[in-house]
Amino acid sequence: MNPFQFTRVTTPQAAISASTKESGTYFLAGGTNLIDLMKREVILPERLIDINKLPLTTIEKNVTGLRIGAMAKNSAVADHELVKTHFPLLSMALNAGASAQLRNMATVGGNLMQRTRCSYFYDHSMPCNKRGPVQAGPDKGKPNGPAGCGAIGGFNRMHAIFGASSKCIAVHPSDMCIALAALDATVNVSGPKGDRRIPFSEFHRLPGELPQKDNTLLPGELIMSVDLPTNRFADHSHYLKIRDRASYAFALVSVGVGLEMKRSDGSVHTIQDVRLAMGGVAHKPWRLFEAEQFLKGKEATEANFKQAATLAMKGAKSYGENDFKLTLAPNSIIDALKTATKTA
Amino acid sequence: MTKDTKNPPIDRVDGRMKVTGGANYFADFELPNMAYCVIVGSEIARGTITSLDTKKAQGAPGVLGVFTHQNRPPIPGWDATVGGPADGPPPKPKTEETYRILSSPKILFDGQPIAIVVADTYERATYAASLVKATYAKQAARTDLSKHVAEGIAPGGSGDYSRGKADAHQTAPVTLEAQYTIPIEVHNPMELHGILAHWTGPDTLMIYAKTQGVNATQNAMAQAFKLDPKNIHVHTEFMGGGFGMGLRTWPQETAVVAIARKIGRPLKLVMNRSQMFTLVGHRPYTVQTIRMGADQTGKLVSISHAATAETARYEDFTEATVNMTKFMYACPNVSTRYRIVRLDRSVPIWMRGPGEATGAFALESAMDEMAHKLNLDPIEFRLRNYTETDPEHNRPYSSKHLKEAYQKGAEAIGWSNRKPQPGSLREGNWLIGYGMSTGVFNAFRWEASARALLKADGSLTLQSAVTDIGPGTGTALTMIAHNVLGVPVERIKVEYGDTSLPKAPSQGGSAIVSAVGSAVFDACTAIKQALIELAVKDGGSLAGRQADELTLADGILSADKEPGKKVTVSELMQANNLTVIDRTKESKAGPDHQKYSVYSFSVHFVQVRVNPMTGVVRVAKAVSVADSGRIISPKTAASQMIGGVAGGIGMALTEEAVIDHRFGRFVNNNFADYHVAVHADVPAIETIMIDKPDPIINPMGAKGMGEIALIGFAGAVANAVFNATGQRVRHLPITPDKVMQKLV
Repeated sequence: MNPFQFTRVTTPQAAISASTKESGTYFLAGGTNLIDLMKREVILPERLIDINKLPLTTIEKNVTGLRIGAMAKNSAVADHELVKTHFPLLSMALNAGASAQLRNMATVGGNLMQRTRCSYFYDHSMPCNKRGPVQAGPDKGKPNGPAGCGAIGGFNRMHAIFGASSKCIAVHPSDMCIALAALDATVNVSGPKGDRRIPFSEFHRLPGELPQKDNTLLPGELIMSVDLPTNRFADHSHYLKIRDRASYAFALVSVGVGLEMKRSDGSVHTIQDVRLAMGGVAHKPWRLFEAEQFLKGKEATEANFKQAATLAMKGAKSYGENDFKLTLAPNSIIDALKTATKTA
Repeated sequence: MTKDTKNPPIDRVDGRMKVTGGANYFADFELPNMAYCVIVGSEIARGTITSLDTKKAQGAPGVLGVFTHQNRPPIPGWDATVGGPADGPPPKPKTEETYRILSSPKILFDGQPIAIVVADTYERATYAASLVKATYAKQAARTDLSKHVAEGIAPGGSGDYSRGKADAHQTAPVTLEAQYTIPIEVHNPMELHGILAHWTGPDTLMIYAKTQGVNATQNAMAQAFKLDPKNIHVHTEFMGGGFGMGLRTWPQETAVVAIARKIGRPLKLVMNRSQMFTLVGHRPYTVQTIRMGADQTGKLVSISHAATAETARYEDFTEATVNMTKFMYACPNVSTRYRIVRLDRSVPIWMRGPGEATGAFALESAMDEMAHKLNLDPIEFRLRNYTETDPEHNRPYSSKHLKEAYQKGAEAIGWSNRKPQPGSLREGNWLIGYGMSTGVFNAFRWEASARALLKADGSLTLQSAVTDIGPGTGTALTMIAHNVLGVPVERIKVEYGDTSLPKAPSQGGSAIVSAVGSAVFDACTAIKQALIELAVKDGGSLAGRQADELTLADGILSADKEPGKKVTVSELMQANNLTVIDRTKESKAGPDHQKYSVYSFSVHFVQVRVNPMTGVVRVAKAVSVADSGRIISPKTAASQMIGGVAGGIGMALTEEAVIDHRFGRFVNNNFADYHVAVHADVPAIETIMIDKPDPIINPMGAKGMGEIALIGFAGAVANAVFNATGQRVRHLPITPDKVMQKLV
C-alpha cells in the first residue's frame, strides 16, 4: 500500500469536485474491494475521497418503481421489505454474494464498481492488460506489472465465455448486478457536467481494446442511485449460483431469472414475459435477449428451456480450463428456469 | 486407572479464555522497543537474482534495516551445512541444492524470501517492502508433478514393500487398476505464521513462536546459533491452528532471530496469507496407482499401491502414504512403492492425517470400486477381508473394534436406505448417495514428562512443556489427573507451552494424550502413593490399612470397609508439615508395546446430494466413528472429530492450491480463492465413540484421534458421489465440473 491523501466529504457536490481536481483519485465507499486492491498494490491511489457520509442510503418507492440510494448497504437492500416483496430476485442475488460481514460493509454503488477477481489482475508480477491506466480519464493510476493476458493459456477456470477479447477474458464478479441487469435497472449518476441516467445494459462494458475500463462512467461521475421499474416477476424469480463451495465464493456461472406466468388451462403454464441474465460468463452482466424472445408466449416445458439454453449459448467460446462452462451454463439456465417456473 | 468407567463430558478448561480474548497467541505479545519485519518474496520459481534495489526501502520512513543475501546476519550453526534442512540429517540421495534463507542469489521456489525489511511499525515495514525491486535471470521451472511422475526417486529410509507374489493381480478373477490424484493442499489455519524474537542478553534468547513444539524450536535455535538450549526460552501456550505446519522451525524464523540479534531490538514477524502458501509447507501433490485383484467370493487376492509425491530440490519430504495398504486388510499378495520428485517448489510438510489421508483416499476409493465390481455392499466387502491380526508385522492389534464401528456408523447414517445401483435415489432435481470409508493411524506413545503439584488447600497444578494447538490438551490432562487423584476439575490448573516446564514432544501425530497424558498419570499416581503412605504409616490417620482398601475422591481419603473412617488431603498434609507434594515423572511406552500393532481406527459415513445438471455436491449428513481406546474428554474428542470432518469436506470438495506452471506461481493464494469449507458446506455431524480402553498403549487405555478424524473422509465422499451418480471422481477436489452431466 502506498501513502495517499484521505478526504472525507459530506455532499455529492464536494465529492465530485474533489475527484475532478487531481488525478489518481478514487471514491471510497464500503472499501470491501478497493482496500484489497490497494493492499495487493494493484491500485495505488494518490487520493481517497471517503463518501460514506453522503446521504444516499434511502430505499423508496418512486413513480416508476423503486429507487435505491447508492450508499445503501448490500445487506440493507437484501433485507428491505419492498425489495423482498417486489424484487425478490435482487434480494436473492445479494444474499448469494460474499459473506454477511462483507454485505454489511459493501454498498450498491461500490458493488457496481467491483473489479474482476481474475488472479492475474491481482498479482502484479503476472501479465495483465486490465491494470493499466484508463486513457482520457482522471484515473492516471500507475500501471503496475507487465502487459498481456495471463488468463489466456493460463488458469481461466473462472473466466468469460462471452464477449471477451484477445486483450482480456476476465468476468465481472458481482451477483447483485446480474439481478439489476435482468430487472432493467437504470443507474443515476451525477458529474461535473450534470446528471445522467444510464440504462443498466450500457453501464458495464466489454473489454475490447480497453480492458482497463470496466464501465462507461465519465471522469468525476458519482453514482447516486439505482432505479428499478415495476414488474410482475415477483412470484417467479430465482437466482441460481453455481460455485466451488456453498458460500463465500464467486460464481462459476450464475443465472438470474424473472418470469411472468399465465395459467392457460388446468395444467399448462405459459410464459407471458421473462428476463434472463447470467454471471460468471462475461466482462459485464450478460443478458440473454434471444432466449428471452424465444420463451415469450411459450409453455414452460423442459424442451423449451433446452431450446432457450441452446440459443443463449450461441457465440460462446471457452479457453481451456473453463470449457466446462459450455455445459454448465446451459444446464444452469434450464435448472434456474425449472425452479422459477416451479416445474422442477 | 483408578476407575475404568466412561468419562463425563466436561467443558474445555480454557474455552472461556479463548473466546473472551484472554488466551495469548504469539502475535499478541508486545515488547518494549519491538520492531517489525516483512518478507519480500521472489516472483519467479527458478533462476538467479541479477539485481536487488533496496535503496528506496532503506530510505523509507521508520526503516531500521533491509536484509538480503548480501547482508543477512550469520547463523553460525548453519554455515558448514549442505543440503537438506539445516537442523536435520542431510538427505540421501544428496539434494542438488541447499537452501539457507538469504544466503544466495539463487531462487529455488516461488515466494522464496529475497529480502526481510525491518521497521518501527508493521505498516512502515510493509510499505518499505513494496519498494524493494529485484530483477532475475529466469530459468524454466518444473512445478507440475503430473508431468514428471516417471522421474520419481526412491527416498532414503523407506524401501519398497512386498509380501506374496508381485504379479498376483494379473491372474485374479476380478481386477481393478485406477489412478488417484490429490492436489496441493495448504494447512491455512486462521492464525498466520510468524515469530517474536527477543535477545535478552548476548547469548540468551526469548522466543514467542507459532510452533507445535516449544522444545523442538528450542533445539533448532540452539543448533542454529550454537547455544546451550538452556539459554533459549520458548513460549507457545496457544496456537490458532497448526495442522502440521508448526512441526518444524522454518528458515524465516531463524532469520528473524538472527536479524533481531543484529538490530538489538525484539523483532516480530507475522507473515501474510499468500506467504502461508509457500513458506510453511503444504500437503504435497500426489499421484497414486492402485492395482487390486479379488476372487468371486469377495476375497482380496492382491493389492499393489504406488505413490509419487512432489518435494523441493533442496529437501526431501516423505510421508507414510502407502502404509495403510500393508496392514489394513487380509490379503496374501501386497506390494507398495513410494517415490518423490524434486521440483522447483517449496518443501511440503505433514498436513493433518498426513500421508495416510492421501493414501486412504486411494485405497478406500479402490475398495469401493472393487465392491461395486463384485456386486457386494462396501461394508460387506470390507468384512470379508477383515483381519484380527496385522498381516504386515504378523502380530496382534493391541485392540481393534472396527466391526462394531462399521455397524454403529451404518445404523446412524441409515445405510439400509442405500441402493447398490448408482443413481437410484432421487429427490426432485437431486440425486442421493451413500458412501463410507475406513481410516487408520498409528497410535504412538512418545517419551514425555510432566510435573504435578498438590497443595495443602487441595488444589492441583499440572505442568508440561507441550503446546495446545487446539484439540483441548489442557482439558484432557485435567481429566486424567482428576481420575487419578479425585481433585475436582475446577481445582486443577494446567500450565503448558513453555520450555521452563518439563519436556514434552511436539504436538502432532495424534500422540499427546497418550504421551503427556501418561506422564501426568504417573506423576499424579506418585502423589497418590505419597498420600497413602502418609495415611497408613504408623501414627497415620489410616494406619495399618492396605493401599487397595482406600479411596481418594474430592480431596478425601477414606477406608472402603469402614464408613466414616477418613482423612482429608489437607489434614494429612498439615499433619505432616507439607505445603505441597511435588512429583515429576518421565513416561514412555513399555516393552509390551513392541509385541502389538497399536492403531487407532475410524469409519466415516456420508450421505451426499448431487445435482447432476449443475454438478453441485452437498454433504447432507456425516457420521464419524472413532475406535481410539478410552475417551478421556468426550466433548473435546467429539470436537476433534467434527473438525476432522470439516477438514475432510474441504479435502473432498473444495481445497486445491493451483499453480500456473508457466510461471511456477500460485494463482489462488488467498482465502477468497483457496476454498476451505465454510459453515454452509458442513452439515450436522454425528460423532460416535467406541470408547473401549486399549489394554496395551498406556495406563489410561487412550489412543490418539486427531488424524483418524480426517483419514478416509474424502474417500467416503467420493464413494457417495459414485453411489449417487455413477460418476467416479479420482482427482480431488470434487468440483461441479467433474460431476455435471451434459444435457444439451
